[in-house]
Amino acid sequence: MNEPGPAIRLDHVSKAFGTFRVLDDVSISIPRGRATVVLGRSGTGKSVTLRHIVGLLQPDAGRVFVDDAEITALSPSELAVVRQRIGFLFQNAALFDSITVAENVAFPLRRHSTLTDGEIRARALEKLAAVGLARAAESMPGALSGGMRKRAGLARAMALDPAILLVDEPSAGLDPVTSEEIDDLLVQLKAERGTTLVVVTHNIPSARRIADTMLFLHEGRVLARGTAEELERSEHELVRKFMQSEAGG
Amino acid sequence: MSGFVREVVVTRLARGGHAMTFAGRALRDIFRPPFELKETARQVYELGWRSLPLIAAAGYAVGIVMSMHTRASLERFGAEALVPAGLALALVRETGPLVCGLLLSGRVGAGVGAELGAMKVTEQIDALEAVAVDSFKFLVVTRVVACMIAMPILTAVMNFMGMLGGWTAESAVSGMGFEAYFRAAFSLLQFSDYVPGTLKTMVFGFIIAVTASYLGVHTSGGTQGVGYAATRSVVTASILMIAANVVLVRLIFFIFPEMAE
Ligand SMILES: Nc1ncnc2c1ncn2[C@@H]1O[C@H](COP(=O)(O)OP(=O)(O)OP(=O)(O)O)[C@@H](O)[C@H]1O
Ligand SMILES: [Mg+2]
Repeated sequence: MNEPGPAIRLDHVSKAFGTFRVLDDVSISIPRGRATVVLGRSGTGKSVTLRHIVGLLQPDAGRVFVDDAEITALSPSELAVVRQRIGFLFQNAALFDSITVAENVAFPLRRHSTLTDGEIRARALEKLAAVGLARAAESMPGALSGGMRKRAGLARAMALDPAILLVDEPSAGLDPVTSEEIDDLLVQLKAERGTTLVVVTHNIPSARRIADTMLFLHEGRVLARGTAEELERSEHELVRKFMQSEAGG
Repeated sequence: MSGFVREVVVTRLARGGHAMTFAGRALRDIFRPPFELKETARQVYELGWRSLPLIAAAGYAVGIVMSMHTRASLERFGAEALVPAGLALALVRETGPLVCGLLLSGRVGAGVGAELGAMKVTEQIDALEAVAVDSFKFLVVTRVVACMIAMPILTAVMNFMGMLGGWTAESAVSGMGFEAYFRAAFSLLQFSDYVPGTLKTMVFGFIIAVTASYLGVHTSGGTQGVGYAATRSVVTASILMIAANVVLVRLIFFIFPEMAE
C-alpha cells in the first residue's frame, strides 16, 4: 500500500466554461493515504476540480494523473478500471432515484464484484450502518432528507472500498453531531484502510478534524496550501479569515 | 444578417451531425459486448409490455373505423366480400406500423425524454459514469434495443386487434362469422406483406428510442429543460418517423416490386 508518489496529480490544468476561466493553470499533488481538504469560496471550482479527477470533465489544457495513470489519455475501458478504485460523493448526492437506498449502495457491487446476492446485501447494509442510515435502507431516495441523502451517497461511494475517496461537502445539511460522526468515519477510513481522502468543505471545524493538508482555491488558482496552522498564518487575509470562521455548514 | 443566417445554418448542421454520430454509436454498440441483458429486459417490460393496453385499444378502435370506411367504399362497386381482405392489407402494410409507431413515439418519446432528462439534470448520469458504468450502453442502447424488439410485436398486436375490430363492425352489419371473416381476411395476404412491414417497425423503434435518448441525455436547464426534452422527443421522433416512412416505402417497393402492384 505504501507505493511512492502522489495518489492524484493535476499538472497545469486549465478549464473554462465559455469565456469564464474556472481553473487557471492549477497544479495540485494529493499525497497517498492522507486527507486533503479543499477550501474556497462558493463557485471557485472545487467541485470542478473533483470532476476532473474522475474524468467527468476534461481539462482544456494540462493533465490529470491518478496512480500514475493519465486520466485524460485513457480509453473508456481503462478509465472504467481506474474509476472502480475511486469513490465519489457528489455535492447533491446524485442518488439513483428509481431504486431504494440499499440498492443504490449495492449498485457498484452488483456491477463490479463477484459477491453473491446475499453478500452484496450484507455489505450494503454494513455501509449504510456506518453512516447511520441502517433504518432507511428500504426507503426511496426521494423520501430522504437532504442530510440523509448525503450520507446515503457517501455509503455508495464507499461500497467498493475504494483506495481514493472524493467527497464533496460531506457535512452540508448535517447537524453538528452527525457531521462530527461523518468526520470520524472518514478519519477512521484513512487510519484503518489507508484511504486517500479529498474532501471539499465549507465547514472549518470539520476541515480541522479531517485534514492533514489543506488547499485554498481562489479565482482559478491555489492561493494557499499547507496544514491548518500554516493557513492560519497565511499572508492572504481571505485565507486567515476563512480559518477563523467557526460556523459549520 | 447573412452572417446570422450562416451561423444558424452552421449550428443546425453541427447539431445534426452530432445527433447522427449519436445514432451511429447506438447502432454500433447494439452488437458490442458487454450486453446489458437485465436492463434491456426491464426496458422491454417498461416500454413494450406496458404499452400493450394502449396499442390494443387503439388497434381495435382503428379496425372498426377502417372497416366501416372500407365497406362504404367497396359497396359502391358491389365488392363487399373484399372488405376483410382490404382491411387486412391496409393494416399490415401501412396503417398498423404507422399508427403503432406514432403511438409509441408519444408514449416512449415523452417517457424516455423526460426520464433521461431528469437523470441528466440531477447528475445521475454522471453518477453512473463515476461508478464505472458505460452510461451510453446502460441507458441508451438498452432502450434502443427494447424499442426495436417491442415495435414489431406491438405492431402485430395492433394488426390483430384491428382485424378483431373489423370483424366486430362487419358482423354487426352482415352477421359474418368469426372464422369466415379471418379466412377471408388472410386470403390475399402473402409472406412478402409481412416482412417489409416488420423490418420497417424495427427502424421506427430505433428512430423513436434514439431521438428520445439523444434529447434526454443532452438536456440542460433544469426542470424546464426536462419538459422541453419530453415535448421535443415526441415531436421530433414523430416527424423523423413519418419522413423515414416515405423513404422506406420507396425502398420496399424497389426491393419487393410485387408489393407495388
Ligand atoms: N457544467 C458546467 N457548465 C458551465 N459552468 C459550470 C459548469 N460546472 C461548473 N461551472 C461553473 O464553474 C464555476 C465553479 O463551479 P464549482 O461547482 O466547481 O464551484 P464550487 O467551488 O464547487 O462551489 P460551491 O462551494 O458553491 O459548491 C461556477 O462558476 C460554475 O458556474
Ligand atoms: Mg461545489
